[in-house]
Amino acid sequence: MSIDTVALAEVSPEHSQPFAELGLKPDEYQQIRDILQRRPTSSELAMYSVMWSEHCSYKSSKVHLRQFGEKAPKTDALLVGIGENAGVVDIGAGWAVTFKVESHNHPSYVEPYQGAATGIGGIVRDIMSMGARPLAVMDPLRFGPADAPDTGRVLPGIVAGIGGYGNCLGLPNIGGEIVFDSSYIGNPLVNALCVGAMKHEDIHLASAKGVGNLVVLYGARTGGDGIGGVSVLASETFSDGGPTKRPSVQVGDPFMEKLLIEATLEVLQAGLVEGIQDLGGAGISCATSELASNGEGGMHVWLDRVLLRDETLSPEEILMSESQERMCAIVRPDRLPEFMERCAKWDVEAVVIGEVNASGRLTVDWHGERIVDVPPRTVAHEGPVYERPYHRPPWQDALQADTTDHLERPVTGPELRDTLLVMVAAPNLASKSWVTSQYDRYVQGNTVLAQPEDAGMIRIDESTGLGVAIATDCNGRFAKLDPYAGAQLALAEAYRNVAASGATPLAVTNCLNFGSPEDPEVMWQFAEATRGLADGCLLLGTPVTGGNVSFYNQTGATAILPTPVVGVLGVIADVATRTSMAWAGAGDRIYLLGDTNDEFGGSEWANHVHGHLGGLPPRVDLDRERALAEVLVAGSTSGLFVAAHDVSDGGVAQVLVEMALRAGTGATVLVPAALEPFVFMFAESTGRAVVVVSPSATGQLLDMCGQKGVPLVEIGVVSAAPELDFADLFCVSLDDLRREHERTLPELFG
Amino acid sequence: MSVRVGVVTFPGSLDDRDAARAVRIAGGEAIALWHGDEDLKRVDAVILPGGFSYGDYLRCGAIARFAPVMHSIIERANAGMPLLGICNGFQILCESHLLPGALTRNDSLHFMCRDQRLRIENTSSPWTADFTSGQEIVIPLKNGEGGYVADERTLDALEAEGRVVARYLEVNPNGSRRDIAGIANERGNVVGLMPHPEHAVESLTGPSTDGINFFTSVLKSMVGS
Repeated sequence: MSIDTVALAEVSPEHSQPFAELGLKPDEYQQIRDILQRRPTSSELAMYSVMWSEHCSYKSSKVHLRQFGEKAPKTDALLVGIGENAGVVDIGAGWAVTFKVESHNHPSYVEPYQGAATGIGGIVRDIMSMGARPLAVMDPLRFGPADAPDTGRVLPGIVAGIGGYGNCLGLPNIGGEIVFDSSYIGNPLVNALCVGAMKHEDIHLASAKGVGNLVVLYGARTGGDGIGGVSVLASETFSDGGPTKRPSVQVGDPFMEKLLIEATLEVLQAGLVEGIQDLGGAGISCATSELASNGEGGMHVWLDRVLLRDETLSPEEILMSESQERMCAIVRPDRLPEFMERCAKWDVEAVVIGEVNASGRLTVDWHGERIVDVPPRTVAHEGPVYERPYHRPPWQDALQADTTDHLERPVTGPELRDTLLVMVAAPNLASKSWVTSQYDRYVQGNTVLAQPEDAGMIRIDESTGLGVAIATDCNGRFAKLDPYAGAQLALAEAYRNVAASGATPLAVTNCLNFGSPEDPEVMWQFAEATRGLADGCLLLGTPVTGGNVSFYNQTGATAILPTPVVGVLGVIADVATRTSMAWAGAGDRIYLLGDTNDEFGGSEWANHVHGHLGGLPPRVDLDRERALAEVLVAGSTSGLFVAAHDVSDGGVAQVLVEMALRAGTGATVLVPAALEPFVFMFAESTGRAVVVVSPSATGQLLDMCGQKGVPLVEIGVVSAAPELDFADLFCVSLDDLRREHERTLPELFG
Repeated sequence: MSVRVGVVTFPGSLDDRDAARAVRIAGGEAIALWHGDEDLKRVDAVILPGGFSYGDYLRCGAIARFAPVMHSIIERANAGMPLLGICNGFQILCESHLLPGALTRNDSLHFMCRDQRLRIENTSSPWTADFTSGQEIVIPLKNGEGGYVADERTLDALEAEGRVVARYLEVNPNGSRRDIAGIANERGNVVGLMPHPEHAVESLTGPSTDGINFFTSVLKSMVGS
């Protein structure tokens, strides 16, 4: 097999290269030739093509994502900002927390089990590469209709993959979302979030500092998995016709990842590492170019030293391979023996593949021949940037004009009771325990709250009780009706969920799932959503610490609902003060905080009962959200609340059902006189929460809400009876509610 | 002097930190033992924790059974040292032939994580002496291969000799024969348990604190002996 070398490239400028097949546009290919002032070698072409792919370079989203930095609220909490593997937040007492959410959508459609499994593996390595011990994972998931045949193929595989990989790593799965909508058929969304913690002094960055330091590749051997997966798989749609581009997705080995975690934490804690980077999309190409670009600027790699699973791989394939469970560390020569010893202890293979230098070039040799000689910044950070054209879709006005006013509403007691039983069994509102019981939520012994609670909560410091809470949310229907408001509603909901658990919201991550950026209407949705999120984060004082963009989530011309998943992280000084959603003692008073309006645009009721999507989403008021969160946190910290639960999908009725089923006791419900019962039960007005206090604490609650300007109304009393009694309207037993709420997923997925 | 309880870490062990925490909360001293080291560091008792030792490759527990540390543990267990295997630890005990039978894939074919009600039926082992006979407890259960199987003669013998330590109540989560959640060897010092008592030692993080008695039991049995 002949090798394409730099020397050869210099004397054969006319040699034709398959740049289009690798996903590069003609002008991008020309740009590479201009940078190198010759044609690229095939290895260089491989590197540029993966690193300049949408997935790695954010070329279509960059101009919009800048707002997250430009509009960032002033805060001292951010220790490491956007641009690193994951942002790092100061939570006090010398502790720092890092968290991030990433998509693994396309691989999970092609091969649900492995796609979802390797999604977990990748995000866990991102967290480790900041120097943190991974503590927990969460999975925001989106599927096609629950009863669609393809959902029956995709969902069980994805759930089994998340469980099969995550359970084996010893990381508790503490929450997430499962949402069904017809737009996701053919394009399930598999987002994976990981949170980790470290002491401030243990923060590490992906940079190759120190001339003469060694580049060590360790972990699994390099094989032929997912070659070109990043650029090809993640950047082309699954359209009918045309050449198919579906190379193999990666295969995960969670046992190897577990050993990699332990070995990595040992070498980090022993101070043996100068810089560290995980290998994910674009493999060695990405790791070496980013490390070099962030460090001294120069690196030499002996590519033939890479340990291989398949000896027949070409250098181009080795550079592009996305084999899982690999990391790259920058190690001082005098510390190398101890580094290798620690890896050997955990049966992790390691090999020196390169050296840091001051050449300003990334050079790669293959058996003595130079096959890559490039300025690393041009690969890693100076890729193309596009100002994609965008415009408001012509159908947007008609969609917003098609309100829910004409939809038939239940009025009588029996009608409302029937609607409630139908709603609690709706796939989007039904119990998700069929899924979450396949995940280990207990391992590590620090899980304070997990699904179905509003937020997942993890204890970080056993001696003080310091902990964090995380929630992820997004209602794609709201985002379709108004992408700007939809992104803010996602932010508001996650923010409220964290506050309802008793933690103070601190920082934001996101996973922006959209259709094709080459469609100006999709690009408008993306531009609006990012603008809305950036403005919202500024108002709430919660900076975006990092995130991920997933484009091309569409089948043919049909894009998914715009789905900007927002994750909010909060801090809690002592996890013992957290508040659960389960109410307890009979006689305790139930209050609804916030205003309820006749808002049904994009609601679950309109969706499930009428199959309708139109009108405007609920009005978002972030100042009100902030005031509400202050009440929720104060009421929790002071021990005033017996229980708290945020109000969102399905409205107050869904909240009361969930609180009752969690507690195993019912309540007498009072419909506020000013509200139509149907609106009270099912409207999805935002900025609301239900809290439960003992009768003696009601005065304190009224004072607290009065001070913050948060309206409240008493809506019931916890009872000892196993039923929800809606006074004059109807009464429904918890047994009936539980049966309906819990049967949906098992009946669909067995 | 506090009782020294060893907790073994195999490659792929996951609940080793939890088991050590449970020992400490119960008032004992948790001693980390390493799979590759035969030295048991003068411990009085040993816990084989849950997890996926060696990635569950070949068969759950099949490779761990040959780890150097197991040579010393089997020898000491045969001489009467209290030994508790939780989940993957139970699987290792069966593979080591310290306990009869085997753990097979859950009959649901899914990994299952739930808060499980159990009845403690044997309070003569050093791991269960702090319970009252017939006591009902709730502790987490989480496994993919937790279905206990043995031939009928062995099952009859386990019942007749009072060696069924704990039985599932309400729901049999994995298809275990005769709802068996845990068993002891003939001598009673070796106990295998599929559910996880180490995850139910703090009200903050567990569904109950019922699990702590397994750990206080062994500490008292050592002080008493």
